[in-house]
This record gives sequence, C-alpha cells and structure tokens, in this order.
Amino acid sequence: MSDLSINSLSRRQTFLKLATAFNGAVGVVLGIPIVRYLFSPVTRGRDGGYDRWISLGSVDQFPAGQTRLAAYRNPSASPTDGETAEIPCWVRNIDGNNFQIFAINCAHLGCPVRWFPQSRLFMCPCHGGVYYEDGSRASGPPERGLFEYPVKIADGSVQIKVGELPTPGASAANRLIQIKGQTPCA
Amino acid sequence: MIRSIGRWFDERLPLSSPIRDAMEHRIPPETASWFYVFGSAAMTVFALQLVTGILLALIYVPSASEAWNSLQILNHSVTLGWFIRALHGWGSNFMLAIVLIHMVQVFLFGAYKYPRELTWIFGIFLLLMTLGMAFTGQVLRFDQDAYWGLGIGASISSRVPIAGAALVKLLLGGPIIAGATLSRFFALHVFVIPGLLIAFIGLHVLMVVTLGINEWPMPGRLVRRSDYVEKYHEMTRARGVPFTSYGAWKDAVFSGVILLAIAGCAFYFGPFGPSGQPDPRVIQTVPRPDYFFLWLYALLSLLPPQLETPVLLIGPAIALIILLALPFVSGEGEKSWKRRPIAVLTILLAAVGLGTFTNLADHAPWSPVMDASTAAAIPAKLLTGRTPLEIQGALVFESKQCHNCHALGDIGGQRGPALDGVAVRLTSDQLVRQVLQGGGNMPAYGKNLNPAATTALVAFLETLHPPGQRAAQDASLKGGAQR
Repeated sequence: MSDLSINSLSRRQTFLKLATAFNGAVGVVLGIPIVRYLFSPVTRGRDGGYDRWISLGSVDQFPAGQTRLAAYRNPSASPTDGETAEIPCWVRNIDGNNFQIFAINCAHLGCPVRWFPQSRLFMCPCHGGVYYEDGSRASGPPERGLFEYPVKIADGSVQIKVGELPTPGASAANRLIQIKGQTPCA
Repeated sequence: MIRSIGRWFDERLPLSSPIRDAMEHRIPPETASWFYVFGSAAMTVFALQLVTGILLALIYVPSASEAWNSLQILNHSVTLGWFIRALHGWGSNFMLAIVLIHMVQVFLFGAYKYPRELTWIFGIFLLLMTLGMAFTGQVLRFDQDAYWGLGIGASISSRVPIAGAALVKLLLGGPIIAGATLSRFFALHVFVIPGLLIAFIGLHVLMVVTLGINEWPMPGRLVRRSDYVEKYHEMTRARGVPFTSYGAWKDAVFSGVILLAIAGCAFYFGPFGPSGQPDPRVIQTVPRPDYFFLWLYALLSLLPPQLETPVLLIGPAIALIILLALPFVSGEGEKSWKRRPIAVLTILLAAVGLGTFTNLADHAPWSPVMDASTAAAIPAKLLTGRTPLEIQGALVFESKQCHNCHALGDIGGQRGPALDGVAVRLTSDQLVRQVLQGGGNMPAYGKNLNPAATTALVAFLETLHPPGQRAAQDASLKGGAQR
C-alpha cells in the first residue's frame, strides 16, 4: 500500500514536472512574439521608413544671411499623430549657397529654442541655454551646440534628412552632425 | 431578512469572519491617534482617483490628434466634465502629498523596523508608482507642457550609457513624440500602474493588519528581533483595543476631510489646463513641469553641466538604494524620534531642500524672460537726463535682448546679474570686454555689435550707478577714467 502511494506520488510529480516544462515551452512560444512586439520601436530601426530626405521648400524662401523657422511633416508619421508629426526647425542661409539646419530642440533637455535675429542668438526658455547663430554653444547648461540635420540643395529646394527626435545622449546614433569643438555628453 | 441574506452569502462566500477579524483586530490603544490616519487617507484618495479616472475615460480620447480636443470637450461641453477633471487633478496632488506625509510619519515613528521591513519596501514601491502615475497623468493632459515634458524625459533617458538611444525609442514608442507615445503612456497610466498599485496596496494593508500596526514609539523601548513580536502580542492582548471601535472613526473623519478639501480645491480652482495645443510648431511656449516635479526642474537648471548626467542617472539609484536599505541597516533599536536626531535632521534637510528647489522653480531665475526685449520697460529714472549717445545705448540694450537676461529696476530676466549698479562694479574697459567677449555665463556679442553700438551700449551702462556712488574707474589711468 505505502509502496504504491509513493510510486504513484513520484509518478504524479513527474507528470507535474513535465506539465510545468510543457507550459514553460508554451510560454517561450508566446513570449517571443510579445517581446518582439514590445521592442519593435527599437528593433524596427531605420528601415521602417524614417530617416529620409524631406524638402523644406524652395531656396528663395530662405534669404541669404537670415535664419528662419520652417516645419516639415515627419516622414514616418501615422494618421493618429495629428500635429505632433509637424516638426519645426531653424533654417540658416549662411551666404546664399550654404545652409545650416538646426533642430528646434535644445541640446540640454530638448525644449524649443527661439531665434533672436537682433542679437543673433538662440535662447532656450527652460533652463537658459544660449547658442550663437552658427549653433555653437554660447552659455547655459547645454554641453554642446545645437543639433544639425544633414542638408542638401536639390531641384531648387532645401532638403534635410530627418526622422528622429534629436537627444543629447543619442546624437551619435541619430547621425546628426556634431558641431566642431563641442563634445556630446557621455 | 437582511440577516438571512447575509447568512446565505456567507455560507457560499465565507468572508464575514476574516473581515470581522481584520476590522476588530486589537491595536495598541495609543495608535488610535490622529498621527495614524495618513495611510488610510492615501487609500481613500486612490479610490477617488480610480472612480474619477474611469469617469474621465468615458470621454477622453487617447490619440495624439484628438486628446487635446477631448480635454476641451470635457472642460467646456460635458456637464460637470471640468469638475471631474479638477477632482482627478487635485486628487493627484493630494495623493502625492499624503503619501509623502505618511512616509515621513512612518519613518519618524520607526515603523519600518523589524518585523515591518517588507511593509516599508512595498511602501517605497507604492511611492514610485504614485510618482509614475503623476508623470504619466501629466502626459495624458496632452498639451504643450506634456509634449515638451516628454522631450525632457527623452533627453534624460538618452544619457544612459549604451542603452540610451534604445531607451528613448522605447519611451516614445517610435523615433519622435507622436501618437504611439501617448498611447503607451495611456496604457501605463490606465492599466499597468493602477493594476500594480491595487496589488501592492492590498499586500501593504494585509501586512499592516496581520503584523499589527506599529505601536506608539516610547523613548528607550528598543526593538529586538529576539523578542519584539512576543512583546507586541503580549501588549495587545493585555491592553489592546478593537480597531473599529477606537481607531477607525479618526481614519474615516480624516479621509472625509481630505475628500472635502479635494472637492473644495476642484470647485474653486478648477481643472489643470490643458495649456496650448501639443503642436511642436508653436514654439512661443515656456514649458513647466507639474508642481511635484518642480524641484527636479530647478535641480536640472542649477547643477553644473558636467555633473548633470551623473547626478541624473546615479542620484535616483542611490536614493532608491538608501530607502530600500534603511530597514536592513537600522532594523532594530530605538523607534522614537526623540532619540533619533539624525532621522529628524534628515527629514528637515529633505523638506528644506525640496521646498527651496520648488520655490526657486516658481520664479525660475535661470530662464531668460523671452519677451523682455520687446515687452519690458526700462525704468524712466534710468533714462532721464541722458545724452543721445546714452539713450542710443539703452535702445541697443533692448534690441539686442540684453533685457532677457539682465534686470533693470527689477524688470527683466535674472539669468545674469541685475545691471542697476553695474557701473560701480566694472570700468568702461571692463564693460566693453564683457560685452564683446562674454564670459561667465554670458554669450560673446563681438560679432553682433558694431563699434558704434558697443560704444553707445557701454555709455548707457556707465550711467547705471546709484546717485551717491561714483562709477568704477581704472586706477592705472592718470586722474581716473574720464567719461
């Protein structure tokens, strides 16, 4: 009698172990797609359609020697994004041929910088970062200059390569140009 | 009749005796005190948040293109929608405040010591979740502050070594702040964190009931692992009083007062925002965090740039480790605040520190006043009797945005020093150098000021000294600098 119960108990324990292992396997089968779904914003990468050349409008909208606000619709926008996909940027026409396009986001913590043409400075309303007209850091908490988008002139229009929110730590990854003499934060 | 219905249910769902046991468990008589009401009040406010949150979800649309509009509808079109929003917003502020007070009380009364270490640790989790609810809730109020606040969150996350870029995308749900961002904050605010909160509140309360409420700390009565539980039960057996007949009414009264206070604030002050539409093209904005994150905003402005990233990334980890380690480091010994001066000083220091930072963030002296150069006046007394050159200098002062960072007669920015008496501090040569080369925290204006403008500006600045005091003069010049 006692022998029997011990035997059947150990057999049932084996069954329980097998059932647990089986559920573990099912968990992995279900878990892999869940994890892939969760991490898709990271793993989708640049092939998902962002990081594209976008036109900001014809060159004559940006007079030489001036810095003007422009906006573009983010290339990877979805219908539910609404106005959040309309991203502004500062377009500086240096001399008629050369352009600099600065991200609107302060290199400190991403607040929108404003251009003051009289003093030729960008100022940030949040923590007081200030930049010169070429985007280099003038004062305040930012550790580097403004983020710059790659720019080219094609078919008479100013085109920039965009698609990602520029952030101080990820600047190398988002391929925005580093302004000379400035180092990104670690 | 009611009794028989009750019996019917109790036969099938035997809950009445555990509930009665929990309600009438014996508590030390001194703990039926007004100091012991904060935990239950926090739970009551959480219940209010659940109810009002569900009510808001009836109207709110968690879509980046519609959220702001649905908030407007709640505020202006739906009957009493503004009041429910205001209840939820004020409830959030009250909940955080009460949770903090509860934590201070528990800390000062030594309630985290043996055998209640885990109750404290779960309490820390609950604090983190409450802060998480406050931040995610601020995002759901999808306005300009929410949009740029997300940008700040992304910028901070991006500074994490190696994983930074991936973290930003996980936080935003994509490469930019957009529809996916709001959706995931909605999921966190409405499903994930509340679910965890309910679970952990349940465990937290279960532990309080089963371990017994912390006794009133008496100086000299030390906690020892060897005999604490035994002594506690001895005491509650000998002198304990049932919770429902002694302590509960104070909990109920305080919870009611708090609910009334929230309703009063909601009625008089109304809902929070939303501010402008979350349109990144509208850059005429001055983003500010909600009240409970103002101290962080101040800290981010005042830290030296090189220290910012380490402090941001390591600081919270250290704070968390200290809080979690506390019951293990001082799990025994003295409970009374009267014999724990360091504990009392820690609380005072934290309160003064947070209070100072919050107060500073209210004025934000580090932010330039973005419209001072067009909207702020120069006091008339600084302009009367001036030469044309000096008046010209005052114009340069305004047009070159000096006023955005420098105040005159208390008007203007406070990023840089006020210039009312600048001529006493700097000679005209030093003024020219400071203006052209910048330095300290000032940009160099060399490229943007022609010599005529510089001369005029410095001539104006030279007049800025109190009537009885002479302007600073270069001692190396014979007879002093003549101007």
